[in-house]
Amino acid sequence: MNYIGFQELAATNKWSAIMPELIMVGLAMFILLLDLFLPSARKRAIPLLAVFGQFGILALIILGCGCEAIKGPLFGGMIEQGPYTGYTRAFFVLSSALVCYLGSAYLSRQNLPRSEFYLLTILVSAAMMLLVQANNFVMLFVALETVTIGFYVLVAYCRYNPFSLEAGLKYLIMGALSSAILLFGIVLLYGAASNPGLQHSTTDAMNFTSLGKFIQANPNEPLVLIGAILVLCGVCFKIGAVPFQIWVPDVYQGAPTPVTAFLAVSSKAAGFLVLMNLIAAPFAALGSLTAPLLSAIAIITILFGNLTAIGQRNVKRIIGLSGIAHAGYLLVAVVALTKSPDNALAPWAIIFYLFTYLFASFAVFGVMVHLAGVEDENQEIEHYQKLAERQPFLAGILAIGLGSLAGIPPLAGFIGKVLIFIAAFQAGLYTLLGAAIIGVVISIYYYFGWIREAYFVRPSLPGDEAKQSYPMPGAVGIIHKVTLGVLAIITVVLGLFQQGLIGG
Amino acid sequence: MIFTDFTLLLLSIFIPLSAAVVLFMGKSLGNSGVRLIASIGFMLPAVIAVYLWTRFDTVENLFAGTYAFHGACDLGLRDLVGITLQLGLNGISMPMFLLAGIVGLAAGIHAMYSQAERLHLYMALLLVMQAGLMGVFSSIDIFFFYFFHELALIPTFIMIGIWGGDGRRTGDGRRSAAMEMTVYLTLGAMLSLLGLIALYGQTGWDTSAGFSLIGLRDYFIENGMVEGVSQNIFALLLFGFGILVSLFPFHSWAPRGYANAPTANAMLHAGVLKKFGLYGLIQIAAPLLPEGAIVWNDWIVWLALGNIVLIGFVTIAQTDLKMMIGYSSVMHMGYVFLGIATLSVVGIGGAVMLMFAHGLSVALMFVLATAVFNRTGTYNMKAIGGLGPKAPVLAAFFVAASMASIGLPGFANFWGEFTVFIALWENHAWAVAPAVLGVVISAVYGLRAASSIFFGPQTEAFKESLGQREIGDITLAERAPATILLVALCIVGLWPMSISHSINEAVSQEAVYKKAPALLSGHVQPTSLMMADSEAEKMPKGDASL
Repeated sequence: MNYIGFQELAATNKWSAIMPELIMVGLAMFILLLDLFLPSARKRAIPLLAVFGQFGILALIILGCGCEAIKGPLFGGMIEQGPYTGYTRAFFVLSSALVCYLGSAYLSRQNLPRSEFYLLTILVSAAMMLLVQANNFVMLFVALETVTIGFYVLVAYCRYNPFSLEAGLKYLIMGALSSAILLFGIVLLYGAASNPGLQHSTTDAMNFTSLGKFIQANPNEPLVLIGAILVLCGVCFKIGAVPFQIWVPDVYQGAPTPVTAFLAVSSKAAGFLVLMNLIAAPFAALGSLTAPLLSAIAIITILFGNLTAIGQRNVKRIIGLSGIAHAGYLLVAVVALTKSPDNALAPWAIIFYLFTYLFASFAVFGVMVHLAGVEDENQEIEHYQKLAERQPFLAGILAIGLGSLAGIPPLAGFIGKVLIFIAAFQAGLYTLLGAAIIGVVISIYYYFGWIREAYFVRPSLPGDEAKQSYPMPGAVGIIHKVTLGVLAIITVVLGLFQQGLIGG
Repeated sequence: MIFTDFTLLLLSIFIPLSAAVVLFMGKSLGNSGVRLIASIGFMLPAVIAVYLWTRFDTVENLFAGTYAFHGACDLGLRDLVGITLQLGLNGISMPMFLLAGIVGLAAGIHAMYSQAERLHLYMALLLVMQAGLMGVFSSIDIFFFYFFHELALIPTFIMIGIWGGDGRRTGDGRRSAAMEMTVYLTLGAMLSLLGLIALYGQTGWDTSAGFSLIGLRDYFIENGMVEGVSQNIFALLLFGFGILVSLFPFHSWAPRGYANAPTANAMLHAGVLKKFGLYGLIQIAAPLLPEGAIVWNDWIVWLALGNIVLIGFVTIAQTDLKMMIGYSSVMHMGYVFLGIATLSVVGIGGAVMLMFAHGLSVALMFVLATAVFNRTGTYNMKAIGGLGPKAPVLAAFFVAASMASIGLPGFANFWGEFTVFIALWENHAWAVAPAVLGVVISAVYGLRAASSIFFGPQTEAFKESLGQREIGDITLAERAPATILLVALCIVGLWPMSISHSINEAVSQEAVYKKAPALLSGHVQPTSLMMADSEAEKMPKGDASL
């Protein structure tokens, strides 16, 4: 790189533009230091610091103090911010804070190292925030690997539990495989775009913008097509779309419940936002490839997720498999985006849906964490029997959370689904809509079955007495009540009033 | 904010909703406190509905020509997808709004004095339902029309699951009934949602027109619709709404669901909520998609006859009183569908009238069936007998309700069915015979139920089950809702103008209902059915006002 190049690079190094991410990393480092130097009696402060520190960062982002999205390339084109950057940052910080909160409830029951959990969660979230701003494959891959490596540790966090270890191993192998596929795709794209024999070949082929220009000039180049497919496959692993969903049920069941929540919400959201970026910039000209490919994946994903969730009795697996179905619905909006990149509704529909998914999921996971025993992976749907009588508050939260996931009005999830349906209609995706409708109707069966278990008294069957009754955890603490209550209220309010979260 | 009629409409939705919120947390209120709050939540919407109804004919400067008490507020989706909370009443929605208020009040009173466990939760769910019902029929915005319907639908599932199924033989019946109903109705709701969104899509997502009845109508009158699309969207709406209204052969959820539902819930669902689909066909599908309505016309007629004749015979075969009421309500939907199929001012007017009347009479039947159950401990009609001398007032109520539901003169149902038959004669004359057969069928099962429960000797089984217990007559808590419903039925029965006037005004403003009949009988070539030509405006209004 010559002198002018360096000068330009230096001019775009605006560290203030990624201030929230830097603060997140700083918070993580501070926790590491505290863990080293704090006497063990005072280590109770660490979860408080992690949760409230992140809520502070969230407040900064919402108030927009010095972290507005900056137009144009940053760090020599590594990062580009857009109209959604503020929303995605808020999303990841909020999700991370809630994971830390659930983690503190979970860890209080386990004999495990504490502070590393918060440290890793915050670092992974910071990496995700950068991941979705990446405008360069190098940045994308590095951020993605940071996320994935963090998750390897988090999934296997409960290290004396064979389920958790199994989940960690599965996630490691499948994650490595998907990283390899992604990397292979990137390299193919890089190789194709650097070929001087082709039009618009570029020396900066990792950059989304210049790669996009190259692809626009050579949309039928076989290397480009194969590379794009491989890259999409790599991303589909993250969002758990069929046929890359194979890890989801086992990992979701084995991972500690807060980590399951983290995987279900943040990791999936990051995958979708990356997919949105890829569709918008480098692969914009490949609509004829990406649209049918993603359509097929979406249909299979919706049907697979819903049909397999019906037969499950373990609630973590239900959440995992239904999460696959949600990925399918979101893919419908992504396909709408591939059909018409200037569709104004589809990106907002995705973001709104992700937020509703966040609030509803954490409400449900909050209930799950409270009800789980020491054996975290063993959460059967039978354990929710008579919940409404014993703990009406938790049952209410559960009903609102699951109702929103099922897309029942007046809850937020319904609006999310309607927006996606409208976006799909705008793009004329009638087959996908049909699949989505079938999926929603099937999903009512298992979501409602879960609610039913909590609410309806089941007539006792012969042999019930022999079964050991599940020990009921104690009363819900006030902090837990407030947190879950706020999540449920937001879920209801977002169903009625969407101003601010949509349309910028 | 200035206190306007629009505020009243908003209040009619938000008072029950806030009462519900209070009751959800009102575990410590005690039964009398719960009753007080619930009675506010049911009474005020009913009062508002009656007040607005008395004022409806005097309102001037109707919004968009037909809507009184109009108002709107943006909740955040207007700019992106054109959705606003827009409320108002026209001549078709006014009677339905009134119906929701009256049946809601009756159901509320009935529920307050029922012996439900966890009364506060029971009333809260019922109030949510009431809020949804008031919202459904006052929404002009199509999205909120759907939204409120779903809001009212959800409590049904929960209430069947928790409180449903008194006296059912199968212990697990309510669980599977609730599940069947949930899945079935979700499918119907999803299909209709797709249809509605597709309808909106035809405007090219014109957010300035908005996702509202008025906006869409204006848009389609001005721009017309792509040919062929209309039929497909109408099919989606017909079958989506059809599932929700238990159109034959999509009815199987209804009798089982109602038989298992707690009484107040069944009253609101069968009486009011189920009218959502019919109302949607009359207000949205047929006026906006006239070509579709004509293409699918024969289907509607045949399926409606399926409702009337086939389900009619099934109803005769029932021995369980609540199942019988459930089936008879499915059967009566057939008449409304026939009225819609005529697509004429008279027929649609009759359909709306019948919706109103059926809502009252089916709710009344549910109240009385529960009263019978409370005295005899069974719904099996064959196991009862001779209840009449012990409970003469109940018997009188029951006979009156049966007569209303058969459609004898003096009750509102008569005018509805009668008008539908007249309209049917115009363009589906052949269908009148089977439809009238339906009246005979309903006379058979209605009178047979009355006679086997109240007259004749007491059966041995009944005497044994009674033992030494004395049976009292209908109590005040049962009498109040029954009286409200019966009086409303009689008032409209003797003075149909009270609601038919506004219905007629509104229906004759829809161009399609004037032009379609001629088209159906094959006299005229299809022209633009949406366009109201000035000639038609000047013609005297067709007389459905009776």
